[in-house]
Parts: sequence; structure tokens; C-alpha cells
Amino acid sequence: MTLSHLLHEKKPAGWNRPPVMEPDGDAELLEVAMGPHHPSTHGVFRMDVALDGERVIRLKPVFGYLHRNHEKLAEGMTYLGSMPFTDRLDYICSLTNNWAYALAVEKLTGQEVPERAEYLRVILGELTRIVNHSSSIGFLAQEMGASGTPLMYAFREREKILDLFESLTGSRMMCNYMRFGGCRVDASPAWLDAASKVVTGLPGFADEFEQLLGSNEILMARCQGVGILRPELAINAGITGPMLRASGVNYDIRKVDHYGIYDRFNFRVPLGDHWDVYDRFMIRLLELRESIKIVEQALKDIPAGPIMDSKAKIRGFRPKPGEAYGRIEGPKGELGFYLISDGGPNPYRYRVRPPSLINLTILEDMCLGSNVADVVLIFGSVDIVLGEVDR
Amino acid sequence: MGLGNGLKTVEEIKAAIEAAVPGAGVVIVTNPSASRQHSLRLSPVHAIAIATFLRDDAELSLDFLSNVTGIDWPDKEISEKVKVPRTVTKTVDGVEQTVEEMVEETRKRVEPGFLEVVYHLFSVEKKHGPVVLRMSTGNRADLVHLPSLTPVWRSAEFQEREIFDLYGVVFDGHPDLRRLLMWDEFKDHPMRKDYVEPDDFEYEPTPHDEVLARAIAHKAATERTTATAAADLKVGGQ
Repeated sequence: MTLSHLLHEKKPAGWNRPPVMEPDGDAELLEVAMGPHHPSTHGVFRMDVALDGERVIRLKPVFGYLHRNHEKLAEGMTYLGSMPFTDRLDYICSLTNNWAYALAVEKLTGQEVPERAEYLRVILGELTRIVNHSSSIGFLAQEMGASGTPLMYAFREREKILDLFESLTGSRMMCNYMRFGGCRVDASPAWLDAASKVVTGLPGFADEFEQLLGSNEILMARCQGVGILRPELAINAGITGPMLRASGVNYDIRKVDHYGIYDRFNFRVPLGDHWDVYDRFMIRLLELRESIKIVEQALKDIPAGPIMDSKAKIRGFRPKPGEAYGRIEGPKGELGFYLISDGGPNPYRYRVRPPSLINLTILEDMCLGSNVADVVLIFGSVDIVLGEVDR
Repeated sequence: MGLGNGLKTVEEIKAAIEAAVPGAGVVIVTNPSASRQHSLRLSPVHAIAIATFLRDDAELSLDFLSNVTGIDWPDKEISEKVKVPRTVTKTVDGVEQTVEEMVEETRKRVEPGFLEVVYHLFSVEKKHGPVVLRMSTGNRADLVHLPSLTPVWRSAEFQEREIFDLYGVVFDGHPDLRRLLMWDEFKDHPMRKDYVEPDDFEYEPTPHDEVLARAIAHKAATERTTATAAADLKVGGQ
């Protein structure tokens, strides 16, 4: 069935709501609070689960434990002042957060980004995606009981990439690197050499990782056929990123919006066929390989030149009144920033479109009817970071 | 006013909506910034019908609601200079006369504030967008109801809950309208522009300047309440 058919066929009312589950017998339901301090929740997050024996009858996510009103804070400071705070949204992927914010401001002001800066953004953004996808697979394996090993394989590579980030931006995780109209510091030839060296080792890591996990019997038994998400529901619920593509929907913002210079690189968009947890795992592994390809191409083609728009203003930066929505394909999904300027030095409204939060919309739908142990897996396959969910 | 990627212009979308939903009354809001993302203001009465049309129309096929944003526009006091005719008594050439004269006067007018909700739509099928919709409430106090678009696009579920929580917009027809980020007992709406932080957070151990002043005020207030509470206890005990 084509996507268009799935989207436009007549559906019954309430088709996009989670089904109401009935307990089997007349035994009492057991209500369990998974979290906020549960090792599987990747932070402080709670799921109020109602169980009929082992079967999940109801699941309500509870948010807000890490809420600091990031959006309100941003209204009280300059545009540039929020840049370091974007690092703290999804703290695994600070560079893509920087990029999305810079892109939204550039849309608002119409600034141009020099070519070298675009290449640097692509290199750093894709390295971030590699870090995110490998760690997220590692965490998923951890949740299946593979204590340590896969996660340590992922963290070994992550450490090499974080060293690169540190030598370029000064910080391993809170990079604060992008600026409106370019990047903060230029990469030296020595850095580019070091990056090439790290990237040369990455395909070997991807092979090793896939060999370790891809055909592992336990992983297959636990993941296949679990947590199925239908494509039409995924689109309707605003699911983006690897989650959406694992449901077989070909939608990658790098290909759709052609932001930055992505149309210059040759890469493919992997799609899932079974829409389950295993597909989400595999999609991340395949995207990781595509990201390695992009970084290789970018490192080969990176031109010399300035890294900042010569007309960019650091001091007295006041965009003209108006608004802009800018988005990128973040490692977790569509990361967008919506800014409203009233002509002042601070944004009048600063909104983050958090992929982690919106991807949790269908958590209940995916978990209903499965076992408690599978809830941990399904939740892990969504790949969230609480810093972004709660903002 | 093209939106790029082969999408219709806002004018064409407006015409399409008005052809499909009679009396929709869509207004184009132009965006002066470089992004050129113009938006369409909907009247809340027709919002569900328009949203369903935009999602199901074969040509537009806006199947993906990406982002829902709440905005607070507080009451704005506008002072403007107006010329008003006034009769004044004047002595002209030794004779007292009543003359009509134009006098400049500063008048203050309050433009009532409102809450606004903005929806950013894209199409996964046709790969175009964004189409921006906006809806506003009557005021910021009692007329804060808007229709929920969650039945049309599920992705609005958490985002509308967040706006209900942080701005106080009540979405009619939302299947599960509860606070999302703040706790259930919380009373105010922190994202509103006139929100005042409650005086209940812990001050730093070595306060100085502004924080010192607040710490002293805070301490005085809490000591008074403890003293009153102790006195009450005593009275109650006897």
C-alpha cells in the first residue's frame, strides 16, 4: 500500500487515539510508577503504568522533573545569550542544537553563511549524529541486559569524537560553537587531519558494532515484532527522525529542505519495513554509516575561506520585527526553533520544537498490550534526552 | 509570496480554504522578516473544519503538524496625540470673544491583549511547507477557549497541554487536557509576560546587592508568618 493511500483512506473516528484496553479477568489492576528514579528512564521521567498481570493496560507519561522554563529564560536575554543554553537541551548533541538555533536566527535576519562554515557545520553535525546513534544503540542494549559491553564500544568511539570537539570548541559536550552567520573558531589543518584519522576508523567500528549486535539472538528475540508503530499514525502524531523512518516513511529534512549544503553530498535514507524496535535499532546503525560517508566527503571537499559572514553583527544585534521557523534533521528528529522578534535585542518569543517530547506522544500506543519488560525497550527505542523533553 | 518547494502561495491556500469551508473568514498575516513565512489567521469557529480540509485535501495534504506555539500579547497602552476642537474665551483687540480652537491633546488608549496559538504545518507526502496557522483568544482572562486540533493531528496533544499549562489557553475538545510540565497543584501560568515569581525559592547563602534586599524581605516575611503561626498555636493550645 502506498503512503498516499494510507494517508487518504477513510478512517474511523478516534483512529489516532490509543485503544482502550480491558483487563482479562476480574483481577485487580496493579499500578506501577516506573520512574522518576528508574535506571531505564535516561534521567528523571515517570511512566504511570497499569498492569493486568504482566500486560500493560494503561500508560501515562509524566513530565516536568527537569523543567527550567528554557523558553522564558531566552526571552530575558539577547539572541546570542541563549546559544550556550541550547547546548543543555539535548546534552548528547549540543552541536546540532546550536545549528538549529543559528539556522532559525539566520532565517529571521536573512544572513548568509560562508561556505567553509557550512562544511564545518556538516562535519560537526554528522559527527554528533554518529555519537548519538551509537550511544543510543548502546543504551538500548543495556536495557536488554547487555550490561556495559555494547555501551562501552559506543563510548570508546564517542570519546574519540568528543576529543575532537574539545580541541576545536573548548568543550566536550557543551560546545557553544555555532554563531549567527558562521562558526566561532576556525578548524586548523591539524584538526582536520585528526578528524580524518578518527573518521577512517569509524567504518570498522560500525562493522564491529553490527557484528556484535545485529544478528544477536537475544536482541532479535527481544526487539522483533515489539513496539510496532504504523506509518500513518507516526505522521499524524508528528513523529520525526529515525523513529519515523523506521516506520517506513521517507522523510529526512536534510533531503526535504536542503538546508545548509546537504544537496552536495551523496547519502541514502534508510527505511524500515517492519516498524518495530529492531527496525529503529537497525535504522540508527545504517544512518550512522551514511553519516560517516557524509563526513568523509565533507572533509575531502572543505574549502578555505572565512568562517563568519562579514556583515554579521555580534554587538547590538537586533533583528527586524518578524518571525521565522527554522528546522534541521537532528539526530533525534526534527529540531526546530520558532522566533518572534519585536525589533529589540531579546527575542519576543523563543520556542523550541523538541523532537524528544513529541516522539513520546505515541509511547502509550506502542506499549499497550505488551509486557513490562518490553516497555523499557520500547521507551529506549524512542531515544530521548530529558533535558530536551522538559526544557 | 511563494513558500517554495512547489507549494501554493498563502493567497492560493486562503482561496482554497474559502472555497471548501464557506464563511471561513481567513486573514493573511504578512511577515516582514527575511523568512517570508506568512501566516493565516483562522476564526476559532471554523478551525476544525479548516484543519480537516488542509489535512485531507489531495493537493495540499498537510498531514504533519510540526510545531504548536503559544504567545502572550499583554494589554498595550498606546498614547497618541490627537487634535481636539475646544471653545476658549480670548480677548482679541480688547473685546472678549469665544473662539473655536484646535488643541493638541495626549490620549491614552489601552489595546486589549490576547493569547495566540501558532501551528506550523508541513506535508510528509508532498514534502512541502511550512504553512502557518494562527488563532487568538478573546482576551487573557475569561475568553481563553480555543478549539483543540488534537483530534485532527495527534502531534498537538502534548504541545497543546504545554500551552494550557504555561499560558492558560483552554483547548476545547482536547482528550486529556492536564498540565504537562508544572505540577497539578500549581496555579499560575509561568510563560505569560506578566508572571511574577513566587517569593519562595531559596536564596543564596551569601546574598549581596539585589539578592540581599530580597533575602531580607523574604526573611522578614517568613519570620512574621512563623511568629503568627506560633501565636496561633498558643491560642489554640489554651
